[in-house]
Amino acid sequence: MTVKEILEWVAVLLVLFGSIISVISAFGLIKLPDVYTRSHAATKSSTLAVLACLSGAFIYFWSHDGYVSIRLILGIIFVFITAPVAGHLICRAAYRSRVPLAENSGEDELKAILFDGDIATTTTAQILNEESGDK
Amino acid sequence: MKETILLLALTFFMIAIALLLYRVIVGPSMPDRAIALDTIGVNLISAIAIVSIVLSTKAFLEAILILGILAFIGTIAFSKYIERGIIVDRKGDS
Repeated sequence: MTVKEILEWVAVLLVLFGSIISVISAFGLIKLPDVYTRSHAATKSSTLAVLACLSGAFIYFWSHDGYVSIRLILGIIFVFITAPVAGHLICRAAYRSRVPLAENSGEDELKAILFDGDIATTTTAQILNEESGDK
Repeated sequence: MKETILLLALTFFMIAIALLLYRVIVGPSMPDRAIALDTIGVNLISAIAIVSIVLSTKAFLEAILILGILAFIGTIAFSKYIERGIIVDRKGDS
């Protein structure tokens, strides 16, 4: 077995690993109870899946053709940066549009700050609302 | 053997996309659908990478970048629409 062949096998096994992680992430998206836990399954594990798959493609093209693909590296960096940001923004929008938590979840501390009009917390809520309403 | 493993991985990604389509259709709230659509976009990127390995061509690698950017922009637009009800707001309106 030459080095080239070993590198190709490493690439293929990385792609297979990524696909298995992706199926696990999809099962998490089906089975978990509410939006916030589902976003946990969607962002973390599917980012790992796409990173493994794109790294496998990069290693395969590198070893098989001797071609270092800048576009694949850019894709890896872009997905690695943007997937957590997108998950955070979707969760923030879900909480602010009052999507309910699951029944068996614990304490909800942000609700008192954002939505309830206590005297002690009104200023914080107003500041937050004005900040989000200005732009 | 290598090609068989790659096709198996492609099948796994398609199974994942089918499961996510269930969440897109059924999903009880709008953020569920947005999260599932974002994950479908990310899985399509991986599927394109596998297809370009199987066909041993480099022509599809730009599509990976384009799909990544489009999935991110789409998710940002969805989250802004869900949170505020508008997507493009100009300064001095309202």
